[in-house]
Amino acid sequence: MSMQKANNKSGFFANLVRKQIFIPIAALLLLAIFNLIADPSFYKITLGYNSAGDPVLSGYLMTILDYGSELAILAIGMTFVTAASGGQDISVGATMAIAGSVVLRVLCGTNSRPETLQAPIIVAFLVACVVSMLFGAFNGALVAYFRIQPMVATLILFTAGRSIAAWINNNELPIVSEPSFGYYGGFIPGIPIPTPFFIALACVVVIGIVLKVTTLRLYIQSVGINESSSRLNGLNPEMIKLLSFVILGVCVAVAGFIKVSRLSSINYSVIAKDIEMDAILAVALGGNSLGGGKFNMTASILGAYVIQFLTTTLYKFNVQSDALPAYKAVVVIALVVLSAPVVRDSLSRWWKQLRKSGAKEVA
Amino acid sequence: MKKKVLSALLSVAMVATLLVGCGSAPEETAAPAADAAAEEAPAAEEAAPAEDAAADAEAEEAAPAAASGELIKVGIINNDPNESGYRTANDKDMKEMFTEENGYEASFAYSLKNDEQITAAQKFVQDGVDYLLISAADTAGWDSVLQDAQDAGIRVILFDRTIDADPELYEASIVSDMAKEGETAVNWLKDQGLDEYNVIHIQGVMGSAAQKGRTGALDAAVEAGEMKIVTQQTAEWNAEKAQQIVQSVIDSGESFNVIYAENDDMAKGAVAALDKANISHGVGKDVVVMGFDCNKWALEELLAQNWNYDGQCNPFQAAYIDEIIKTIQSGGTVSEKTVIMEEKGFDATTITQEDVDTYGI
Repeated sequence: MSMQKANNKSGFFANLVRKQIFIPIAALLLLAIFNLIADPSFYKITLGYNSAGDPVLSGYLMTILDYGSELAILAIGMTFVTAASGGQDISVGATMAIAGSVVLRVLCGTNSRPETLQAPIIVAFLVACVVSMLFGAFNGALVAYFRIQPMVATLILFTAGRSIAAWINNNELPIVSEPSFGYYGGFIPGIPIPTPFFIALACVVVIGIVLKVTTLRLYIQSVGINESSSRLNGLNPEMIKLLSFVILGVCVAVAGFIKVSRLSSINYSVIAKDIEMDAILAVALGGNSLGGGKFNMTASILGAYVIQFLTTTLYKFNVQSDALPAYKAVVVIALVVLSAPVVRDSLSRWWKQLRKSGAKEVA
Repeated sequence: MKKKVLSALLSVAMVATLLVGCGSAPEETAAPAADAAAEEAPAAEEAAPAEDAAADAEAEEAAPAAASGELIKVGIINNDPNESGYRTANDKDMKEMFTEENGYEASFAYSLKNDEQITAAQKFVQDGVDYLLISAADTAGWDSVLQDAQDAGIRVILFDRTIDADPELYEASIVSDMAKEGETAVNWLKDQGLDEYNVIHIQGVMGSAAQKGRTGALDAAVEAGEMKIVTQQTAEWNAEKAQQIVQSVIDSGESFNVIYAENDDMAKGAVAALDKANISHGVGKDVVVMGFDCNKWALEELLAQNWNYDGQCNPFQAAYIDEIIKTIQSGGTVSEKTVIMEEKGFDATTITQEDVDTYGI
């Protein structure tokens, strides 16, 4: 510590490199600079009107804000699950299909093409939340009480989830014609910023408050770091793992709700396909250990937006969209290497030395 | 009611757990079983009363039915009905045709994976079905099981998809000509007489027959210099991806006046992006929207003139299959090995409500 105080500047950078949030920020800067050099028009934002006559802001940045938000919501839940159980939930996409299907089922009733909504939207959303929490609890119970590897436990819903989603609606494809249902995945009239961003913001605020005023963070981290010692300290690790999966369930319901709102319809086999990989990547990009333990929520959320930034950039440069996963894989490899303690330590040491020699030369 | 649904859901999930939990060896068969369990739950509920009624009717009129012969046993191997609206319609069509009233005893197996389908085919061969109807997930690997079927005297009919096997091994194959679908659509587009064609081309899953056929015709027109591609991207049949792709083109400020989406879902996603940016689309508007598959909701969009064109991909193969089976049963021979189904293209300016009701899937 005294070393760092003595050499304040180098200490600051060394600290920064070792800080968790450094990774997503560095990735974000890298992408931002790349886009600035390649084509500054990437940052252009224009105010226009959509076909309903409402003002909307459009441009790549807005697209990132829009699509990154649902990922950010998922990243919140995924961070908890990762930290508490040391594993990941791969059934997120399938459960989103279920949640979305439930929303449409409640809104449409038995008729797949209703003229008017059969239930208020909020009711549909709450029902979807409950269903999604139950599926989360199912996953959580398998992981916490039956001690099944999280990835294996969630493989069940990963496989069966989309069929269940289709079954909820009798394999029909309901379409909601009520325009107000589209607000949640689009724009609220008069507000030119995409609604998903506000929904994500609300989630972040709620989670921020929960982490601030409750001991949830401490409990989850201690369970993730050492289950038996946290039990000796009077915690109930099973309950906390279960809770983390239930929270993820809520996040999934919110994200699924946004997804079906975007098109006012659903396609069971492809909705939110492969989104679990992006959500896990967001957690990894946030510098969180995928083996559980300590976590940094801000970094995860930032990670989610960085991933969408990457996706949008790749789309902009007309990269074949089936090649996108390959690019993301490169990012994952870079991340895993970067986040290894060995590499980060030597990186900060290298930086310190650089500063020192620089200072000597100046002197 | 809600409780019932929930408990049913949970029990389905439990069954899935048990099956998957069985270990690695039986997993391959367990997965489709779980799928099938999930899907067939509602189907079974619906089918139960119908079957009862059929059974009653049969009991009364059993004598003539028995005299004319027993039920024809068919084993039907199809792709997962959740795959798309097309597949759902196809599966429904098959289920409606191969009923006891029509003289069939049908068993169904569903999978999107080729090896699981082949396993199901082997099971049907062991069960001693009379006919094996296959919509293969993949073209390769079918030779040995079809040989087994032939040795056992089982007739094989392929529907919807072809396979790479000796044509001697199957009686007939009933397929759509995807290339022709693409040509019909592109010819329609050429007839529109636009000043210039700047096309956003949204492709299906790369390498699928539908993607190849529908892309081929457009690529040919582009090569001939008749059209210009603004962007050509695969959205993998996914509406959200299509929305992002079109959004990206709009954000870049490039101009375009045609959206050629290889299925309806992707066209819908594209239109969502257009609506967001207030770009008008449809008959007599800025952007021509083209889709495929003739989903009912898509044809309704055509009727409302929000879209311009929808190409049919005919999922109703059951009648063709029924005809072939009847021919073989009565001792006749099948004249054509490959039966290509009739397929239409709908124009928003000429489509009628009747078309929507008849051809919508």
